[in-house]
Amino acid sequence: MSGTVVSTTGWKPNPRAARRRRADHLATAFGMVMAGILVLVLASILWTLLSRGLAGLSATAIMKPMGPPGSSSGLANAIVGSLIQTFMALLMATPLGLGCGIYLSEYGTETNKFASCVRFVSDVLMSVPSILVGLFVYQVLVAPFGHFSALAGSVALAILAVPIIVRTTEDMLRLVPTSMREAGAALGATRWRVTLSLCLRSAKTGVLTGILLALARVSGETAPLLFTSLGNQNWSFSLNRPMASLPVTIYQYAGASYEDWVQLAWAGALLVTMGVLAINIAVRVSARRG
Amino acid sequence: MTLATATQPEEARDKAGVSHSGSRRSGPDTVFHLLVAASALLVLVVLGGLVVLMGLGGSQAFRTFGLGFAFHDVWNPVADVYGAWAPLFGTIVSTLIGVAIALPLAFGTAFWLTAMAPPRVAAIVGTAVQLLAAVPSIIFGMWGFFTIVPFMARTVQPFLTHHFRHVPGIRFIIHGAPFGTGLMTAGLVLAVMIAPFMTAVMRDVFAAMPNMLRESAYGLGATRWDVMWKVVVPWSRSGMIGAIVLGMGRALGETMAVTFVIGNVTAVGWSLFAPRSTVASLIALQFPESPAGSLRLSALLALGFILMLLSFASLALARMLRGDTK
Repeated sequence: MSGTVVSTTGWKPNPRAARRRRADHLATAFGMVMAGILVLVLASILWTLLSRGLAGLSATAIMKPMGPPGSSSGLANAIVGSLIQTFMALLMATPLGLGCGIYLSEYGTETNKFASCVRFVSDVLMSVPSILVGLFVYQVLVAPFGHFSALAGSVALAILAVPIIVRTTEDMLRLVPTSMREAGAALGATRWRVTLSLCLRSAKTGVLTGILLALARVSGETAPLLFTSLGNQNWSFSLNRPMASLPVTIYQYAGASYEDWVQLAWAGALLVTMGVLAINIAVRVSARRG
Repeated sequence: MTLATATQPEEARDKAGVSHSGSRRSGPDTVFHLLVAASALLVLVVLGGLVVLMGLGGSQAFRTFGLGFAFHDVWNPVADVYGAWAPLFGTIVSTLIGVAIALPLAFGTAFWLTAMAPPRVAAIVGTAVQLLAAVPSIIFGMWGFFTIVPFMARTVQPFLTHHFRHVPGIRFIIHGAPFGTGLMTAGLVLAVMIAPFMTAVMRDVFAAMPNMLRESAYGLGATRWDVMWKVVVPWSRSGMIGAIVLGMGRALGETMAVTFVIGNVTAVGWSLFAPRSTVASLIALQFPESPAGSLRLSALLALGFILMLLSFASLALARMLRGDTK
């Protein structure tokens, strides 16, 4: 384009400018192609999930418990099992995560070696492969007792949830202005009152966001449950026994050679994904409002 | 958990130090301080326990096979001989393939989102990518198992075998029966899994650059790519490295997405299209069949220990690189 009709106007071709323009065109094309590929691939995943998941989704799938291939079975016990275990996990992780986050933001000054150590460890925990957490809990809560249990599964999920809650709690509490703490102290409030009733209350939305994100993270986790709550074909509400969960059931069913099990696996996958996405969207919407 | 909180506070206070030793302490305040310090300590104890137990559990394997355990390439449960090289090799190569594919995808998409896309479209696509970064990994595994594996087995592998069978160099890489599983498939699925995450982080990093810099560069006559390559990338280098290493960390320890598509054969070889295994997939598959106290269980825990070291190393690398550039 640049080097053709030039002599009449007196404009001289500039090879460097031409090269830069070419590089720009190339890079633009590269960016568009990459974005196009990524969007297409991700759309294909969602499409596969929707089309195959909706085909498998039915009243039976949600209402009936798991069963042998060929019978009209469903995922009800796995759904309930997942709900119980994630709920238990949050029940354990929330106080611990809040406590640790409060400690780091309120007592963990720059010079506090212990606090910076905990902060680092929490970061490490956030990136530990989840299957290793499963192995750890197996050694602590499964091997000594000689049987798999829903409690062990919940603890494994809790360990994965804690660092997320710690991180958001600390970040959100740090956003609370010091003047608010000073005002509280000036009114004669003790330190724990200031922390809980002033700081934590004003950071409520952010902290809640952290807990919800932790919930979204752990509700799709499979690997840590494989050796802890194991899975169960039947209804079980006892924390002391193996319990079914949606992700583990998906894992077992997807690799099976029975058509109806594979269909149920897709239905389960759709349910899990929709749940996780719903939580994330809720967080986003509330963040935009707040 | 309550046990730990009840027994640790003394120690915690000693370590937690001195934040308000000068001020008047009321009873509830001390209790509150101890409580939160104890929960901080518990977090420390959990990770400590994780490392120690993994090391202890694997000690039998390390004793039996020595440090050569990590580089011995036989994993034979029948003969009770174990070496970590096959799964380690699988983990490292599949992670490298995954990052190598995800990096241009993420960088290009982030470039497009921050510099080219109309704001409306960018907002929608950006949010979609962020949401997809939260999709559980087992979904990617299923998608790979039902979509990528048949595609590899029926299209890619026959094509490659037909055309490159006799080309030296490439021959070894594509060697293998067309099962569709293997390091390449695992790398592809990992790439698709970590690309949204890396894109989301890179987009945030690029968008965080002050607009003034961008406008000045455009004002000097820079093209879009000049601005990207000579202004945005240098400015956000540490953030980009963070995104890459974090994506790498995810790929290293990924279990579910890989187990579906790797083929699960403990062999070592250069072929990217033959069934292999990774550390995480081997643990997931063989752990349930390993009786307590057996050498095999110990070998799996030792594998877990090595995986944890790899994960630490990648995190440390991210911190180091970030620290250097700031």
